[in-house]
Amino acid sequence: MQHVIIGAGPAGVIAAETLRKLAPRSDIALISDEPEPPYSRMAIPYYLVDHIAEVGTYLRKRDHWYADQRIELVNDRVASIDAHGHSLGLSSGHSRGYDRLLIATGSSAIKPPIEGVNLPGVHNCWTLEDARHIIERAQPDSSVILMGAGFIGCIILEALASRGVKLTVIEMEDRMVPRMMNDRSGGLIKKWCEAKGVEVLTSTRVNGISEDGHGRLGVNLGMGDTRPADLVIAATGVKPNTSFLSGSGIEVDGGVVVDHRLRTSAPDVYAAGDVARGKDFSTRSFTVQAIQPTAVEHGRVAATNMVNGLEIVHQGCLNMNVLDTMGLVSSSFGDWEGVDGGDCAELFDGDRYRYINLQFEDDVLVGANTLGMTQHIGILRGLIQTRVRLGASGKRALMANPLNITEAYLKATQGTTSSM
Amino acid sequence: MMKSLLIEASKCTGCLQCEMACSYENEGVFNPARSRIKVFTFHSEGRFVPYTCTQCEDAWCMQACPVDAIVINAQTGSKDVLEDICVGCKVCTIACPFGTVNYNQDSGKVIKCDLCGGDPQCVAACPTAAITYVDADATGLSRMRDWAAKTDNAAAPH
Amino acid sequence: MAWTKKILRVNLTDGTCVPEPLNMQWAAEYLGQRGLATRYLVEEVDPRCDALSPENKMIMATGPLTGTMASTGGRYSVITKSPLTGAVACSNSGGFIGAELKNAGWDMIIFEGKSAEPVYLFIENERAELLPAGDLWGKSVWEADEMIHKKHQDPQIRIAAVGRSAESGCLYAAIINDLHRAAGRSGVGTVMASKNLKAVAVRGTRGVGNIKDPARFMQATTEQKKVLADNAVTGQGLPTYGTQVLMNVINELGALPTRNMREVQFEGAHKISGEAMHEPRKSDGKANLTTNAGCFACTIACGRISTVDRGHFSVENKPEYWGNSGGLEYEAAWAMGTDTGVDDLDAVTYVNFLCNEDGIDPITFGATVAAAMELYKDGAITKQDTGGVELEFGSAKALVWAAEVTCKGEGFGKILGLGSKRMCEKYGRPELSMTVKGQEFPAYDPRGIQGMGLTYATSNRGACHLRSYTVSSEVLGIPEKTDPLVTEGKAGLVKAFQDATAAVDSSGLCIFTTFAWSLENIAPQIDAACEGDWTPERLLEAGERIWNLERDFNMNAGLTAADDNLPRRLLEEPANTGPAEGKVSGLPEMLPEYYNLRGWTNDGKVTSELRSRFNLPG
Repeated sequence: MQHVIIGAGPAGVIAAETLRKLAPRSDIALISDEPEPPYSRMAIPYYLVDHIAEVGTYLRKRDHWYADQRIELVNDRVASIDAHGHSLGLSSGHSRGYDRLLIATGSSAIKPPIEGVNLPGVHNCWTLEDARHIIERAQPDSSVILMGAGFIGCIILEALASRGVKLTVIEMEDRMVPRMMNDRSGGLIKKWCEAKGVEVLTSTRVNGISEDGHGRLGVNLGMGDTRPADLVIAATGVKPNTSFLSGSGIEVDGGVVVDHRLRTSAPDVYAAGDVARGKDFSTRSFTVQAIQPTAVEHGRVAATNMVNGLEIVHQGCLNMNVLDTMGLVSSSFGDWEGVDGGDCAELFDGDRYRYINLQFEDDVLVGANTLGMTQHIGILRGLIQTRVRLGASGKRALMANPLNITEAYLKATQGTTSSM
Repeated sequence: MMKSLLIEASKCTGCLQCEMACSYENEGVFNPARSRIKVFTFHSEGRFVPYTCTQCEDAWCMQACPVDAIVINAQTGSKDVLEDICVGCKVCTIACPFGTVNYNQDSGKVIKCDLCGGDPQCVAACPTAAITYVDADATGLSRMRDWAAKTDNAAAPH
Repeated sequence: MAWTKKILRVNLTDGTCVPEPLNMQWAAEYLGQRGLATRYLVEEVDPRCDALSPENKMIMATGPLTGTMASTGGRYSVITKSPLTGAVACSNSGGFIGAELKNAGWDMIIFEGKSAEPVYLFIENERAELLPAGDLWGKSVWEADEMIHKKHQDPQIRIAAVGRSAESGCLYAAIINDLHRAAGRSGVGTVMASKNLKAVAVRGTRGVGNIKDPARFMQATTEQKKVLADNAVTGQGLPTYGTQVLMNVINELGALPTRNMREVQFEGAHKISGEAMHEPRKSDGKANLTTNAGCFACTIACGRISTVDRGHFSVENKPEYWGNSGGLEYEAAWAMGTDTGVDDLDAVTYVNFLCNEDGIDPITFGATVAAAMELYKDGAITKQDTGGVELEFGSAKALVWAAEVTCKGEGFGKILGLGSKRMCEKYGRPELSMTVKGQEFPAYDPRGIQGMGLTYATSNRGACHLRSYTVSSEVLGIPEKTDPLVTEGKAGLVKAFQDATAAVDSSGLCIFTTFAWSLENIAPQIDAACEGDWTPERLLEAGERIWNLERDFNMNAGLTAADDNLPRRLLEEPANTGPAEGKVSGLPEMLPEYYNLRGWTNDGKVTSELRSRFNLPG
C-alpha cells in the first residue's frame, strides 16, 4: 500500500507516524517543498528571540527518525493531482502514484491587498525563511510596524520587543486577538502591551506602504499620518494552501471540504490540518481552525481512516488557543462568546491583568477565556469536550466562583458530591 | 508490569507533604507552587483530593507538542518533559484534558509529573498512604482513562 | 540557614511596606517565630503603651522550619502587647499561611502605626502592598476570605483576617487563617483591627530553600516523622480523636473544670467527647466528624472537620452552616460545653463555627459565658441585661445566642466581649472570673492536676495550657509519669516545660509533636536546616532566654508577682468529686520554689545576672 502525504507540518508528520504504527508494511512518503526537515511554526517565536537554534524548531529531534520509521522524505512540490489515476505531478517533473493520499499542505500567510506590501522590508512571519528576514531587519532601535494583532502578531511581540526595536502594532479591529479573546480580555492585553512600551493602534487601517528610496519604509495610516519603519511585518491572516488542487476535481470551499472521516470529495484522498475544513466540536459545522492541536488530531484521524479495515468518525475538534503576549498568558476554548440562552460567569481584575470567562449551556461548560492563568487550564478543555454535566450545584459553584474549575472537574468525574 | 500512582483521596489529610517532596525532588526547594502533584481542598465537603498526571496512554500533551519535547520514559511509562527542548509554547497545557501539564513562568517551560524516574517522592512522603505506587492494573485508573477517552474526538462509537 | 533573612515592615500610618534584613544576631539567640518576634517587640514597643493604640506593634512571625518538610513545619505566631492581659501576647497558629509567607520570601511582618482607613496587606512574593478594605470591613472572616480570593482571582492565596468581633472591640478577638485555624488567644485580632488592618493575604511561589545540609535535613525529618507515626498519641490518638481524646480522660481524672470551675467533673462530658464525634447521628446517620485534617506539613493531622446536624435548632434555617468546617478541639469543646454545662454536641460545634467565622477565642468566650451564667444564677445579671434570654448553665440556646451576639458585637455581646475579668468587675463579682492576668483558663483543673496551677499562674501570656503542658507528664506520662495530685517537683517540671516549649514555639514546629519528640528529636532537624550548631542544650538555653525576655516585658509593662496568682475559688474551694476530691491548688507551695529555680528575685523579677547571662536588653 502506497501512502503519500503532501505537507510536512504537524498534521503530515503525525499522520505519517500513525500510518507507520497502524500499517507496518505500507510505504509512506512525506512530500514537502520547504528545504528544512519538518519543523513547527509554533516554535518560530522562540527562534526569533534566540531561545532556541533553528534545529529547536524541528518537529522531531531524534537522528534518522524518519528513516528509522521508514518514512520517505521527498523535497518537491506537488503541482497537480490526478485523482482518477491516483497519481501526483511534481514540480520536478516527476510523477508519483499513490493508493491513499493525504493533503496536509497547511496554510500560508497572506499579505493585505494594499499598495507596497511587496516592497523589500515587508515580511510575513510564517516560515523559517520569514523569520530569518525579520531577524536581519529587526536591529536594536529600528522601527518595526506589525500589521495585525491576531494570534501570530501577539506571539511574536515579545520576540520583537526583546530585540530592542521600537514597536507599533496596528489592528483593524477594535481590540487585540479579536478572534480569540472577547473585548474585556482583548482590551487588557492591549493595556498590558502599552504598559510594556508597545504602541498599539486598534480600529486602525494601513492604507499603503511606501519606500523613500533609501530602504526606509513609510506606513500610511491615512489622515496624513505616515509612520516610518525599517521593517513591516504582515500578520494579517493565513489562507489554506489549496491552489494546486484546481482542476483536480477535489472540492474546495474556503478549505478542502472533508467529511466526518476526513475524506475529500475524491476517492482515497484525505485532508488534514490547516488546509482542511474539518468539523468544529462546538458549532458542529465545518470550518478551517488552523491550530496546532487540530492539525495533530486531524493527522491521527485521517491516517487511521487511510488504513484498510480501520475507520473512526471524527466528532469535531475543539477550537482552542493559548497565547503568550509579552508574558501575559491567555487562553480560549470553544464557544467563548457564549451560546443563545446560555449563562456566563466572569471575573475581571484589570489592575492585575486577570480575567476568566466561562460560558455554559444548561449545566455544561461550552466555552472559556482566561487571562493571567497558567495552572490546570487544560481542565477547561476536558470539561468542555466531555460535555460533562456539572449538575445544578456544580454549575452554581462555578457561577459563584469561576476559578474553581479543577474542583468542578473533580466533583463531576470523581464522584465528589456536594453536601449542599 | 508498569506501575502507576494510586490515589485514595479518602485517606488524604491535606498536609501537602507530597507537594513539598515533589518540588524538592524537581526544583531543589520546598515549593508547593511548583509541585507536579496538587492537593485540592473541598472545604465544605471535608475532602482533600491529590491530583496529578495519570501518564495516560493517549498522552495528549505528547501528541500536541510541536517540538518533540515530551517523550515516553521506557522504564516507567511516564511522559517526560525534556526541559532543554521545550520552548514553552504551552500547547500541551491546553491539550491535556486533565490540566496536569502546567506552565512555569519563571523557567519559561512546562512541568509535569515524571514519576521521579520510578521512585515517586510524593509516595514516600505521604503519611497516610493516600498515594501509593502500585501495579497499573490495580489502580482503578480506568475511570480517568474513560474520561481521557471521552476527550478523544476520534474514539467515539459509530 | 532556613531563614529567608528578610522581614517586611508595614507602616500602616504611612501606608508603606519596606523590606529589611533580619537581625541574624538575634536569630542566633532567639531562633525565630515566638522568641525572635518577642525580641523585636521588646526593642520597638514601649511595654507600657496602650495595646490598642498606634504605638503598639503586631508581628507575624514564622520559624526557620516553617515551610519545610519537617513534620508540622507550617506554624507562625502573632506577637504583640495584649489588650486583654496587658502582658505580651503570643498566639501560635497552623494552617497554611505561615508556610505561604515563607514561600513568598519573608520570615516575618512587623505592623506598626494605624491606618486611617480599613486596609488589607497583599503579598505576592517580593511585592507587598496595602489595599483598601472598605468593602471588607463589617464582613466576617469567611466573607472577607471569599471576597479577597475572588478579587485576586487566585484560589491559592492564603488569608488571615479578623472578623466583626475584632472590629467591634471584643478583647479576645482572634486572627483566623485558612478559614478555621486561629492565632486565638489574648486578643491579637483586636490589636490587628485596632490598626484598621482587616486581613493579610499572601501568595508565595518562590519556595523555601537555604537548607544548611539538605541531605541531612531530609534524613532527619524522615526519621522523625517515623517517630511521630509510631507514637500512640501522635500516631493514633490525635489523628483519630484529635485533642478531644482528652475529654473523657480528664473527666475521669476529676480535673475537668465544670460550670465556671464550680465542679471538676461533668456528667455530660461523654456527649461532647472525641468518641461522641465519631458516633452516627440519629437524624442522618452521619457522624459529627467527617475527617481529620492536617495543617501544612503535619503528619499528625489532629484537625477536625465536622458538620452540624442540619435539623439542629442552631442551623435548621441556615444552610450556609450545613457544610463542613473546622470542628471541635478539646479546649473549645470544654470551654463552650463543659464550662457552660452544655452537653449538646451540635450546639457546641455550631458555636465553634461562629468563633471561626468571626474570629473569637473559644476558650475565653466559653469561659466568659460560664462566668456570665454564674452571674445570672446569682442574680447579678438579669433578663433585663440579656434582653430576655435565660442565661442558665446547661442552656444550649443561651450559648448559641451568646455566640451570635458576641461574634457580631451586638447588644449584650459587647459585655461578653470584654472577657470575664472586666465583665465580673462590672457586675461587682470579680472573684467569679476564672482568669490569670485577665485571661481565662483552659480545660485542666489545677485542683486535679497540680502542675497546671503553677503553669497558669506563671504563664507569660495569662492563663494558658500551652506554655507548659505538664498534663503530658501528670496524665500521659510523657516524658515520665508524675502524680497529678502532688505539688512536689512541679516547679522544676513547669520550668523545664516552659523553656522547651518556648524553643519549640520559635522553630516553626507544632507543640503537639512533643508528645513524641523531645528536644533531642527536634535539634537534629533544626541543626540540619539552620546555620550554627543547634544542640538540645542550646535550644533549651534559647527557650529560657525567651522566657526571661517575655517576663521582663511583662514586668516593664507594670505586672508584678501579685499577678502570678489564681482565682480564690481554686485556692479555697476544694474539688467536690473524683480523685482530687478535697484538693485545692497548692500554688503557694510551688511558686517560691519556681522563682528560686528561675533565679528570679523573691518578687519575681529577672535579675541583672540573668540579663547578662542571656544577653537580654535593658
